[in-house]
Amino acid sequence: MNLASISPILLLASLMVAATPILLAGIGELVTERAGVLNLGVEGMMITGAIFGFAIAVETQSATLGFIAAAIAGAALSLLFGLLTQYLLSNQVATGLALTLFGLGLSALLGQGYVGIKGVDVSKIHIPLLSDIPVAGPILFQHDLMVYVAILIVAVVWATLKFSRIGLILRAVGENHEAAHALGYKVIRIRLMAIAFGGACAGLGGAYLSLVRVPQWTEGMTAGAGWIALALVVFASWKPWRVLIGAYLFGGLTVLQLNLQAAGMKVPVEYLSMSPYLITILVLVIMSSGRGRAHLNAPAELGRSFHASS
Amino acid sequence: MTDLLTIQRLTKAYPGVVANDDVSFSIAPGEIHALLGENGAGKSTLVKMIYGLVKPDSGTMALHGAPFSPAEPRAARAAGVAMVFQHFSLFEALNVAENVGLGMENPPPIRELAREIREVSHAYGLPLDPRRLVGDLSAGERQRVEIIRCLLQDPKLLIMDEPTSVLTPQEVEILFATLNKLKSEGTAILYISHKLEEIRALCQGATILRRGKVVGACDPRQASAAELAEMMVGEALHTPDRPPSEAGKVVLQVAGLTSESVSTFGTRLQNIGFEVRAGEVLGIGGVAGNGQDELLSALSGETMGASETVRLRGEPIGHLPPNPRRTRGMLSAPEERLGHAAAPDMSLVDNAVLSGWQREDLTRGGFVRWGRARAFADKIISTFDVRTPGAHVAARALSGGNLQKFVIGREILQRPDVLVVNQPTWGVDAAAAAAIRQALLDLAGAGAAVIVISQDLDELMEVSDRFAALNAGHLSAPRPARGLTMEQIGLMLGGAHDMDVAHTEEAEHIKETYQDSHHEETRP
Repeated sequence: MNLASISPILLLASLMVAATPILLAGIGELVTERAGVLNLGVEGMMITGAIFGFAIAVETQSATLGFIAAAIAGAALSLLFGLLTQYLLSNQVATGLALTLFGLGLSALLGQGYVGIKGVDVSKIHIPLLSDIPVAGPILFQHDLMVYVAILIVAVVWATLKFSRIGLILRAVGENHEAAHALGYKVIRIRLMAIAFGGACAGLGGAYLSLVRVPQWTEGMTAGAGWIALALVVFASWKPWRVLIGAYLFGGLTVLQLNLQAAGMKVPVEYLSMSPYLITILVLVIMSSGRGRAHLNAPAELGRSFHASS
Repeated sequence: MTDLLTIQRLTKAYPGVVANDDVSFSIAPGEIHALLGENGAGKSTLVKMIYGLVKPDSGTMALHGAPFSPAEPRAARAAGVAMVFQHFSLFEALNVAENVGLGMENPPPIRELAREIREVSHAYGLPLDPRRLVGDLSAGERQRVEIIRCLLQDPKLLIMDEPTSVLTPQEVEILFATLNKLKSEGTAILYISHKLEEIRALCQGATILRRGKVVGACDPRQASAAELAEMMVGEALHTPDRPPSEAGKVVLQVAGLTSESVSTFGTRLQNIGFEVRAGEVLGIGGVAGNGQDELLSALSGETMGASETVRLRGEPIGHLPPNPRRTRGMLSAPEERLGHAAAPDMSLVDNAVLSGWQREDLTRGGFVRWGRARAFADKIISTFDVRTPGAHVAARALSGGNLQKFVIGREILQRPDVLVVNQPTWGVDAAAAAAIRQALLDLAGAGAAVIVISQDLDELMEVSDRFAALNAGHLSAPRPARGLTMEQIGLMLGGAHDMDVAHTEEAEHIKETYQDSHHEETRP
């Protein structure tokens, strides 16, 4: 094994790229869950976003249009979930699982003509001065725009939830939908908006996988990223900045295990590939065993259907 | 003087039931008007229509003489109607200021709002810290949040739905002082309650509803409580009589009982100890959220602790789960009828089996003996006059009173040595409540030890031999119930939690400055 072949700068630089898909999907799901809706279809929305993003980008030769299409596709699929759970009052867990399976199937069907095609180039930004700083430059300031857009989304979500009235209403709906309804807020409409935002973010995350991280289309390419994003929200105890920390942690693990594989570590590859998921399970167990803070932060109405009675 | 709010021929029907049938009445400015009626009489539906939550099928409302038909609560609030809900419309994980802000149309920035909350709440004798999480507040304090939320909008009409059901007697007095002060400022108050003495002390007019219809109107200061009760119920009420019984040997001993809270914002029990004798009713009073649920679950066996904390006839059982306790004769009925005492979507037979299979021998070799189970359910239904089409009906389909009679009857028919009930008559109509109380007294008369946990002090005074108060997880020493005054009970319940009586001059001053600053803000 040759550990010296791992460059710490490259490792840290690729960490931000590896973390971006789950960061995007995670922050979207966080908003959905803060409104009291548990959408387990993140994986399905991500992969739908991945194929739509890739297809549109290839057809138009524009990565930007690809990302926009991915966001729209993710939001559209999530609104299907919204229609089923909010108006037809179907079970959120079952519907979310179905959405994942549906998304995987749909993307495989749509993606048949795109297997093995080369994607479009997504240019990396170059900021004068900042990008040229030794060490910090390559790690922080030489990525594509989406990496920074993702961080910006986290910041906007945080500020909105904390300071704005619409954020307060969103939290109120997730906390006690009966009371919110009694005060005259439109619970279902607010939840649908949150669901659509979550879907759009998941779509962006999927498109980032197929357009930047891989970059090509293969069937089932999200490979559980959506589930990690779901775990991330619990790990972050529904707080935006902690989603960022968690995403970088998981992203770091993914990159590290790839690097260890490349360095020829004498452990079967399967164990290394398992590690991010094992850590996810471990974190979830630790978070839910402590009866204190993590429970307190969970939105009280998470996963409960609202139906205005009388 | 013209009336503030006039309601004419309001009707609202739901599938299978007419909630309001041709209801008319009016309220003058500065009047405290009572809306009196039993549970299910249609009081809540009526005020929901005034507040814009429910649309009437027919009929008209007029506010200040102008037609008034709010499409949503926002419109009602804009017109000067504010409401304090029975089940608080509060958000536990948000702080006081955020909760108040959510109920306002155009709330000022949160810092400004916090200052206003502090000032107005002190002026009206209801001090509140705007930064505290609502989940950490007592029931009385939560109600203050609701009231302050209304007051900050300068309402012309304030609707209060059963406001005193969660307050200690001292807190009730302070609330009344606040309401009288509001009245003197010209605010009209629509006061919903079924507590007759309160209404006689507070209100100038009363409209009495029964089964959705107005059955009478009167000046409650002139009428006697018995007259009001008869109008409300439609028949003279039977007050339970207590068969004289000798207190027997100690059956249940509880000592050093300390437990974790059952929910996030629950209360821990702190070193609770008491004894109950055979043939005795121990009443445990207290405002909701002071450890009632925790105490019931510690006694029923849902939460287990050290074995010596609970002793039944000397035998330590504190470590045993519910079923072994049941076989030993210690039964319980929790507060929440649907979902805790009974499985909502299962039939009454199923629900009878779930609790009675051991003591009534309803299973054999792992199979349910449905014949016996059906007979047991039928026996409960006939003995306790449960009004239902049959035992095959789902628990959810029964009205609150009937299901409560079933749940309590199910435990009583298992011949318990100790029966623990929490809020046995909560949300139950007066006739059913009287029947349940009578059944509990008969059970004690037959030699069982009964523990009644309740927030209804009148009920406790009616049934208990001894009374103890639960306050913040602590249980006071039990005292003989006969001869206790409301004031003594109030002090046992912890009195008023840091409330001061409304300070009139200060209130005036603050209100003026507050309004001035508001008008300036709204000017273009």
